[in-house]
Order: sequence, then structure tokens, then C-alpha cells
Amino acid sequence: MPKDGGIGASTKRREDVRFLTGKGRYTDDINIRGQLYAHFIRSQVAHGTIRKIDTRDAEAMPGVVKVFTSADFTGVGGIPTGWQVTSRDGQPMLEPKHPVLAEGKVRHVGDPIAVVVAETLEQARDAAEAVEIDIDELPAVMDMKAAIQGGPLVHDEIGSNLCYDWGFVEENKAAVDEAFRNAAHVTTLELVNNRLVANPMEPRVAVGDYEDHSGQHTLYTTSQNPHVIRLLMGAFVLSIPEHKLRVVAPDVGGGFGSKIYHYAEEAFVTKAAQILKRPVKWTSSRSEAFMSDAQGRDHVTRVELALDADHNFTALRCETYANMGAYLSTFAPCIPTWLHGTLLAGNYKTPLVYTNVKAVFTNTVPVDAYRGAGRPEATFQLERVIDKAARELGVSPVELRRKNFIQPDQFPYQTPVAVVYDTGNYQATLDKLLELSDHAGFEARAAESKARGKLRGFGLAHYIEACGIAPSNLVGQLGARAGLYESATVRVNATGSITVFTGSHSHGQGHETTFAQVISEMIGIDASQVEIVHGDTSNTPMGMGTYGSRSLAVGGSAMVKATNKIINKAKKIAAHLMEASEADIELKDGKFTVAGTDKEKSWVDITLAAYVPHNYPLESMEPGLEETAFYDPSNFTYPAGAYGCEVEVDPETGKVTICSFTAADDFGNVVNPMIVEGQVHGGLAQGIGQAMLENCVFDENGQLLSGSFMDYAMPRADDVPFYSVDHSCATPCTHNPLGVKGCGEAGAIGSPPAVVNAVIDALHRGGFTHVTHIDMPVSPSRVWQAMQG
Amino acid sequence: MHNFDFVKPSTIAEAVSALSHEGAQALSGGQTLIPTMKQRLAAPGTLVSLTGIAEMQGVCLGDGGLHIGAATPHAVVAREAKAHYPALASLAAGIGDPAVRNRGTIGGSLANNDPAACYPSAVLASGATIVTNTRTIGADDYFQGMFTTALHDGEIITSVVFPIPEKAAYVKFDQPASRFALTGVFVAKYAGGVRVAVTGASQDGVFRWREAEAALTANFSPAAVSGLTVDSRHMIADLHGTPAYRANLVKVLTGRAVAAAS
Ligand SMILES: Cc1cc2nc3c(=O)[nH]c(=O)nc-3n(C[C@H](O)[C@H](O)[C@H](O)COP(=O)(O)OP(=O)(O)OC[C@H]3O[C@@H](n4cnc5c(N)ncnc54)[C@H](O)[C@@H]3O)c2cc1C
Repeated sequence: MPKDGGIGASTKRREDVRFLTGKGRYTDDINIRGQLYAHFIRSQVAHGTIRKIDTRDAEAMPGVVKVFTSADFTGVGGIPTGWQVTSRDGQPMLEPKHPVLAEGKVRHVGDPIAVVVAETLEQARDAAEAVEIDIDELPAVMDMKAAIQGGPLVHDEIGSNLCYDWGFVEENKAAVDEAFRNAAHVTTLELVNNRLVANPMEPRVAVGDYEDHSGQHTLYTTSQNPHVIRLLMGAFVLSIPEHKLRVVAPDVGGGFGSKIYHYAEEAFVTKAAQILKRPVKWTSSRSEAFMSDAQGRDHVTRVELALDADHNFTALRCETYANMGAYLSTFAPCIPTWLHGTLLAGNYKTPLVYTNVKAVFTNTVPVDAYRGAGRPEATFQLERVIDKAARELGVSPVELRRKNFIQPDQFPYQTPVAVVYDTGNYQATLDKLLELSDHAGFEARAAESKARGKLRGFGLAHYIEACGIAPSNLVGQLGARAGLYESATVRVNATGSITVFTGSHSHGQGHETTFAQVISEMIGIDASQVEIVHGDTSNTPMGMGTYGSRSLAVGGSAMVKATNKIINKAKKIAAHLMEASEADIELKDGKFTVAGTDKEKSWVDITLAAYVPHNYPLESMEPGLEETAFYDPSNFTYPAGAYGCEVEVDPETGKVTICSFTAADDFGNVVNPMIVEGQVHGGLAQGIGQAMLENCVFDENGQLLSGSFMDYAMPRADDVPFYSVDHSCATPCTHNPLGVKGCGEAGAIGSPPAVVNAVIDALHRGGFTHVTHIDMPVSPSRVWQAMQG
Repeated sequence: MHNFDFVKPSTIAEAVSALSHEGAQALSGGQTLIPTMKQRLAAPGTLVSLTGIAEMQGVCLGDGGLHIGAATPHAVVAREAKAHYPALASLAAGIGDPAVRNRGTIGGSLANNDPAACYPSAVLASGATIVTNTRTIGADDYFQGMFTTALHDGEIITSVVFPIPEKAAYVKFDQPASRFALTGVFVAKYAGGVRVAVTGASQDGVFRWREAEAALTANFSPAAVSGLTVDSRHMIADLHGTPAYRANLVKVLTGRAVAAAS
């Protein structure tokens, strides 16, 4: 019997009532009396020296209040970076200044140069056309290898385009090289992990407000982590102390990573509101989003796998060039390093791993985390090189993987790349996948496709993910400039309902539903009695927000901790009221009982007593029932899974059609299966988008060629199949109270290699054995081109 | 978008007169023009809507074939041309999405002559006639390269007349992002011979593939084109396909259109 509430129930998402009826309140819905509108003038060239900005004509135009340039931001700090990576030689990464508005130079198409603030948006846009900007165009540096071999400097003052040169695990390098010398077989693959544009449905918006009499600033912004924005912008950019800065991220229409970072536009509207003493609003257009939201991926990698004569993996060696774009976005440096190098063991017992990552500045839009962030890049290279090795050795890619899996009895498992996997069972997910995808029937389906002139292929990929990045003291040693705990305040109201203030932020994940289910389960009251509040620094405890599939594992754990404190205190009150020993009090289904008696008090009896403490042990306990907890995990969580994709290739046109996609995931315990499935579906759509459709391309002068949906192919409903999704092979996390692992990114991590492996398999079966790799997206023209040889 | 004036005449004569003023531009479905204005790439002083003119609406049989009013939306063509010219109806049904099909019009598409648009291939392969407020223009004279047509300033397409073929089909290969034609081929078989028109592929816009026409006139079967080669020299190169890829598509899609023709 499926449960109809609490943990494990597919409760419908309560937030959908407002989203589906148009009642969501997004940042763009916030309009404050007297509000002005900001229009950003952005660079149309990728690299150039600003000679002159003449704003006089524009400032005289109707409705214009002020035209801002960097001259108005001289006392203001640069946009900070939240993570410092150390190079192989022990030197810290190069960290160029990232001004709010371009100072002296523009460094990518879309770099903001000036901002017109006017009474209406159309007036601001009209005036923007009258701002005279004189830029001497400089040669742009686009190719990462050229950039570090004497290419034009993106930032003259740091003297190099090489941000850092990271080696991991540096101490293993010699042993890895030795293993390659002794290998019976070495498979090498060069590949590109294509640059992506996150494209959440809601573009970014920021509204700044300022109260002159109190010095109080408020920023409404499309953020995944309002406290992080308050800290970064307040402390590093605008010097506003926290108690005078409130950041609100109301309903947010998707983020996928791109709304983690602190952006110049947020600092701009906050500062401009103070200068002008009027609220200032900026709403990104979709075209602006293409050139101002941080983008994802963009790695160029060479990966080598060493095997012994029995086909055991003996070592993995990788070299990656990671594009940072023109400036360091908030978490950019840690994506290709700590979120990438640490995942290169995958599901396998490869004893030795070495990776070298060179992070490079180019005249492109900054790159940062995008759904999966580093882990998709690690998974893609690993799962592609294993497939290639299987083909070279003439063995089944399924069996080669199975042979090299970490065994179920080896957990906890210390990988050679620092992390310790707590639990997992990779054989189980593989077997489940083969069963669900009817792998046994594949040959018959392939024959049927062939009869229709199509080439059918099967692709497998296993992934491991590290979610809920922590603990804070460890990540501090690795260069994080922030803690990675999460917080919750559980406020029990006098008549028994509960308001939870969480530091996590929901922008599509459904926290308002799942978090309430957890409380409902723990206390035994109906979930309708629980409200989840998030997104406002003025009422939630300092929290780190939502990304990296961390909310339930970290934020949920903080809430469980606080709720346990509540239950402990409630039991004390119950013991007092029933004149029993606290140790004998039991809480079940919202009732407190005394073991071995028929004494009983309801949840509401206790909460009322806490707030109307007439009969209450005031000498030993405070009244009230409200607790706060901070939770700092002792380890990451490690969701893992097996993904299988079947494709058909049209040999005449190169068009790939996905016939089926099966996902067998291990997310540990699952609070709401329906929401988990939804998260997997969304992740798969984005992974399939990366594999087949999406590609952010600049030309050699740095012009964005895929700057709109006319050329940037987002996946649509008919591009993706009906998915078969399973999460029954669960090995619960051992170190958080709910035993949960996180499911938000898995789909986007595991699916790209499954798709590409399937396409290569189809081509091989069709006789195109010379095709060993096709870079993503595997578009019709690329597949056709590869088939031509 | 810049400010503009808006007029909605109810006769062609009024529209022509409104368009004779400096800075006036015709507006039909607005699916091309409005986005261009929003991006501030066009700023007409006056928009002259053509959608309120009764004689520019509708699909009917008449002299010389199927008459389609220039302001007829794609969705109406998809519905009403089906019984008479199914290949044309299915082309219209495959343009854009429902919103585009309910607003966008055949006249707007032909006046714009986007190199990846669908209708130009149907018009050229059918040897259709473009009727304007002043004259008639044969399809072979009308298309003059990407975004270029034989229309004069202020001239309005009022209708298009399609001779009805014995058999025809349009096969479109979607550009993955825009879903315009990466390449599309319209094949139409008439008593006098076969015509093959290709859109999406050439830098010169829609064109007739004469070798295929000759081969298919002699033998209307997919095999007739399998031995031909397509010159890739003037083909479009972009993110979505090389010239060689487009040349391949021209041939493959022509074969498929012949097989699908009904
Ligand atoms: C999302 C999207 C997807 C699309 N997909 C496709 C597709 O798959 N295939 C395809 O073929 N097209 C596609 N289109 C284009 C669509 O078909 C447009 O409707 C068409 O190109 C223009 O027609 P319109 O009536 O909207 O013209 P408008 O935008 O109103 O006008 C276009 C131009 O033609 C002029 N004009 C309009 N009518 C006349 C007339 N009667 N006489 C003289 N000049 C005139 C206008 O002045 C303007 O310069 C797509 C458009 C969009 C927005």
C-alpha cells in the first residue's frame, strides 16, 4: 500500500497550486512605488579598450534619471570569488578584478559598460541608443590552448591567461605514469564537453530598494541562495553590514546553477537605489541572459585508461583545459577541480588516478556550475573511455564495467581521489537497468530497426555523484571561502501548527512539500499543519541555499536536528503534565503516552502548555517551543546509478532518435517518489539536451553565434522519450539522519555518456567502425559527417 | 520597441494608400516583423495591418488552381487546402508552433522570403503565381535570393494561385533549434513535368533542382535521383550543417518526397 502522507508518500506538490494557476510571486512581479528601470548597455565586442563614454545626450532625454558608468562605482569592490584553488607549484590561482561595470576594458560580448536608469524601461532603452561609446577593438582570445601559449591577455594586470594549473592527486603522478608504462592496454580519447547556457524559464531579475531614514537596503533577486548573496555583496562589494541588508529570493523559476552566483546587476540595483533614493529594477531579456548568465561545462579533455591483461583498470590519467570565461564567477574555480577530479574513480576500483586541470581565461561569458557541475564532465570522460576500451578489446562494455566495479562488501570505500564512498551497490543498479530496459530483447529490436533501414544502438553509463559538499572544515582547507552547513528554525505555534524557516531555497525542487512530509512523519501530525518558509534573509537563519543536490541531505538534516530538539522538549513538557518520567514518554501519531499506562496527551495539549505555561516547570525550562539547528555533514553523499539509452540512427541523414531511456538510481531513502522522478526526468532532459542539441558557440572574434533560441537548441517534449525510472536499489546514506543522498543532478550527469555511447554503438553495428567518438551535441550533421570518414 | 502608429484598412486600395506614406510598412501575421521591432532592428513609423481585408483571406478553388488570400494564416491553409492540395496543407501544418500558425500568413512568409522558410518551396515547385495589387508575378521570377523578391516598395501580395499537381510532397528536415527548414524539398508532379524546389540549403535562397526535375520527369521514382550529385558550392554553412551536409540532405529528401508524393 503506498503511503498517503509522511516519508515515502507521493504527495502532490503544494506549491504547484500557485505555480499552475499563475499565482506565483516572482521577482519580476515585485513593483515598488516610485520604481525606476535599469537598462544595461553591454559590450558588442569580445575584447576592447574603452576610449570614451559620453552620456550627456542620453541624460538629457525624456525620463532619464541617470546614466551610470564605472566612474560611479569607484569606491566599490569587485565581484568576489568564493573558492581559491592552489596550483601544482603551490601558488594561489590568479584572481583578476571583476568590476561591477567595465573599467577601461571590455572582456566579453555582454560585459556591462553603462546603465541607463529611467522612469520607464522604454525610455531607458531609447536613451541607451544615445549613449556614445568608443571602443578600440582588440584581438579576442577564444581557444584555450592558444590563450596560454602567448595569446592576447584578457587581464593585462595579472600577466597570464592561466588561472591555475591543478594536479590531483599530485603525489600519485609518478605512480600513475608508471602504471601506464606497465599497462597491457591503453585507451586514449580526446573530447570536448560542450559549453551550455542554463536557460532557466525565468530570466534573472533584481530590484533594489533603500530606506533613507534607516539606512536599510533590500534586494529582491532571482537567487538560489539569498544569504550567500547578502554575504558576498554586503561584505565584499558594497560594504553593507548584514543587519542593514535584506535579500529576498521569492518564487524563482528555475536556476540549474546559474542563479547561485552573485552578479553585477544585483550590486548595481542595490547601489543605484541608494544613490537615487528610489527603487531600481532590472529584468533580463532572454538575449541578455545568453550573454550575462554564467554558462556551464566547456572542457577540452584528453583521457587515458590503462588496463592489465585481465582487463582490470590499473590507472586513469586526464588532462583538462577548463574555460573560466573572462572573469571568475562565484564558484567557477572549484567546478573543474574539487567537483570534478574527486569523481574520476566513478563506480570502479581503479587504484590510481591523476588529473591535471588548466583553468583558462578567454574572451567569453564566465563559466560556472550548471546542473551537475564538474561531475558530468568527470562522468562523461570516464564512461566514454571505458566504452572505447571495451570496443578496442572486443569485450562487452557491460561486462568490462561489471568486472571493475567496487564490490558491495567494500563499502565504506576509500577512492584514490580523496573521497570515501559510504554506501553503494553498482551491480544492483546495473542488473536493474538491464531488466527494466529489456536488454535481452535488444538484438530483436535492432533487427527490426535494420529492416526499416535504421541503425539501433545501446549505450550504458554508470555515474557517481558527490552531493551535499562538506564538511566545512575540509572544504575550507580545499579553498572554499564559505561554510557548507545548512540551517533550520522549527517554530511550533501555540495551537500546534508548525512553521519551518529553512536556509535551503526552493526554485522548483518542491521543498515546501517534501520538508513538510518529513515533519509530518516525525511528529505524526498532518502535513497541512506545516508551512515551509524560505528565501528571505530577514526571517530565515543564515543558510547556504540550494545547489549540488544538497537540500534534503543537508537542509533536511538541519530541520530533523531542530525537530528532534523540539520533540525532546515536548517530551519534557508531557512528562511534567502527566507526572511521569521523561524516559517513559513516547510520541506516536501526534500523541504523547506514558509507557505501560493509558495516560495520553495530544500534540496540541503540549504546544498549548508551552505557550500558556500555567502548569509548567518554569523553574527548569523556558516556555515556548522553537528550536534552531545548524547541520554540517561529516561527508558528501554519493548517489549513483546505471543509465541505459537505446537510439536509432538514420544513416542517410545522421539524425538520432532516442527510442528509450532507462535510469536505475540509488538515491538512498526517498521522501517523495513522485518528486524524485520529476527531478530525474528534468535532469535527463537537460542531459539529453547537452548530448544531442545544446551548444553555445562563439566565433573566432568572440561573437556569440548561438545567442537565441533560433540557434541554441533547447530540448522540447518531442526530443525526449518516455523515461523508465527506478530508485529501488537504495543503499541509504550512513551519515545523515534521513539516509538520503540527493537526486537533483543525477539525470544530467549520467545521461550524456549513455546517449553518445548508444550512438557510437549504433554506428559500429551499422559497419561504421571507424567512428570512435563524436563530440556533443551529436547533431545530425555531426553524425553524418563522422560516418563519411 | 519604438512607438508607431497603427492602421487597419478594410480594402486593398486603402492599404495601398496607407503604405504610400513615408515610414509605413505592411503588417500581416507579425511573426517576423514584430520580433524584429522588439529587438529594435526595425522601427516603422506606421504599421498597416493587412488582416482586416476580406478579399485577402481564405482558400478556394478558382481559375488556374487553388487561390489563397495572402493574409490567410498557416493554420487555415493547413485545414482548408487539405482536400485540394494535401502536400501544401501539410507544409502549412508543419510551420512553427500553433501560435505561429494561427498568426503567421502565407503573404508575410513570401514577402519576407527567409532562406529557410517553407512556403517558397511550395510556390516555386508548383509554378504558382503571386498576385499583387498591381500585377501577377510567376514563381520563377519572384524569388531573387535570400530575403529578396520581385516586390516593389509598397506593393502588396494579395493572393497566391497554385496549380494543383497530380502528386506532390514536401519533406522538411528541421533545424534543431528554430525548427525552420535546415533543408526542405517540395516535389510536384504535373502533366507537363516534375518540379523540385529546395529551401533552407542555398545561399541564394529557394531554388529549383533541375537535374532532379529532368530525371523525375522521365521516371518518377526515388531511384531516379539516387545517382545524381548535388553541387555543394553555394550551400549554406552554419552551426547546424556544412554545405556538404546540406547537399546530402537535398538528395535524400528529394528521394523521400518522391516516395511520399500523393
Ligand atoms: C517561432 C517561429 C517559428 C517559425 N517557424 C517557421 C517554419 O518552420 N517555417 C516557415 O516557413 N516559417 C516559420 N516561421 C515564420 C512564420 O511563418 C512567419 O509567419 C512568416 O515568415 C511571416 O509571416 P507573417 O504573416 O507573420 O508576416 P509579418 O511578420 O507580418 O511580415 C513579414 C514581412 O512581410 C511583409 N509583408 C507581410 N505581408 C505582406 C503582403 N501581403 N504583401 C507584401 N508584404 C507583406 C511585412 O511588411 C514584413 O516585412 C516561424 C516564425 C516563428 C516566430
